[in-house]
Amino acid sequence: MDVNKNSYTFTFAAIMVVVVAAVLSFAATSLKEKQDNNVRLEKMQNILSSINVEVERDEAEAIYKDYVKQELVVNNYQPIEGINAFDIELSKEVAKAPEERNAPLYVAEKEGKTYFILPLRGKGLWGPIWGYISLEKNASTIYGATFDHKSETPGLGAEIKTDMFTSLFPDKEVLDNSGEFTGIRVMKGNADGPHEVNGISGGTITSVGVQDMIQDCMKSYIPFLKDYQASQTASANSENSNPIVSID
Amino acid sequence: MAEVQEVKKQAKEREALFSKKNRKLITDPLDDSNPITVQVLGICSALAITVKLYPALVMSVSVLFVLAVGNVIISLMRNYIPNRIRIIVQLVVVASLVILVDQVLKAYVYDVSKELSVFVGLIITNCIIMGRFEAFALANSPWKSFLDGLGNAFGYAWILMAVAFFRELLGSGQLFGLQVVPKSWYLTEGGVYSDNGLMLLPPMALITVGIIIWVQRSKNTALIEED
Repeated sequence: MDVNKNSYTFTFAAIMVVVVAAVLSFAATSLKEKQDNNVRLEKMQNILSSINVEVERDEAEAIYKDYVKQELVVNNYQPIEGINAFDIELSKEVAKAPEERNAPLYVAEKEGKTYFILPLRGKGLWGPIWGYISLEKNASTIYGATFDHKSETPGLGAEIKTDMFTSLFPDKEVLDNSGEFTGIRVMKGNADGPHEVNGISGGTITSVGVQDMIQDCMKSYIPFLKDYQASQTASANSENSNPIVSID
Repeated sequence: MAEVQEVKKQAKEREALFSKKNRKLITDPLDDSNPITVQVLGICSALAITVKLYPALVMSVSVLFVLAVGNVIISLMRNYIPNRIRIIVQLVVVASLVILVDQVLKAYVYDVSKELSVFVGLIITNCIIMGRFEAFALANSPWKSFLDGLGNAFGYAWILMAVAFFRELLGSGQLFGLQVVPKSWYLTEGGVYSDNGLMLLPPMALITVGIIIWVQRSKNTALIEED
């Protein structure tokens, strides 16, 4: 058999392409369900991790249901119905103006206290970065934070996902004394006061990305959270604790 | 006629699975023909992923799999691959294997796959893999190709791990993510020590590889070229 004939070359290439395509698409479709489930469970893990609950991936789903009491969608600072908050693709929402986004909000309860969990998404140096930040009931004090990234440099930008960085966030305030939204500034050392944290040396662009992400994503929530908080206090005062918003 | 075949058969059988020649296929790339320090292949990934030991290990294991399996596949097809499109065929084999590895990791060991995600592209472009397909697997039997793949992957892996060891240790005071330099030594904790941030940047990978080459050549003088 002459393997250098044109007809042979074409036939070989055609068969190769078909075989490879079949093998790869078979692998992709048969593994897709498992992969999607991993992504979903990881999201639950991350959400829980932002209220300082660390779980194994296998048990994430059950524990998630224990803690997260409400999943809301906030649009133009109002809760809207009919959209599943958990399935929202944040990457599409952050492309819109803050008030036009369908912004998912998770309300969790831990040891009798209510926490708001806000998903974040922004840009790092090489690719997207994202995370979850949990606020205490006053909508200002950070209770916990978790970040992750697609392709930041290991040892530099990728350090945003380490405890060393995320542990800087708890007890910081995103509102100033007059109740205005300030966000969190990521500083090059010498961070001081309730609105600043130290960035990562060698990971400046990623650190600034975290700062911008917090600034950008939280805007969609703050007025709503203030209303929510006010309404909670009001309803508590009137001894009629109907939740203002409910999801089913 | 039958006798001749008999003799041929014996000659074939005499080549043991781990004959001296075959063992050399594994040991040579560790030192004398190391893909990184001697052939200077795969340098790009050696620079990119040696900031920490763990990604370097994951990368090494992935390259080991792709190189060994790919070598066998190419070797099995070696008599059927049309010469003019052999590079494309090799590329298709590497790319499919890498995608397959990535898909399986994503489904079964999700954390490892996240660690690997950035480097998948780098495996496909790793010149060692194409180099071994082209230089060895196209002309040798599957078993030999398998050994050659293993040998070269090990040769690649140990350099990667060595570089990552020094970079992680000196650059962040850790090994495999565990703190080994005592916290109390650091300037911020009142000590006198500070991590060398330069170690985390790509130039220091090149310099570390350079130092390894230097040490290797002063021990193994056969590698030194004549002027």
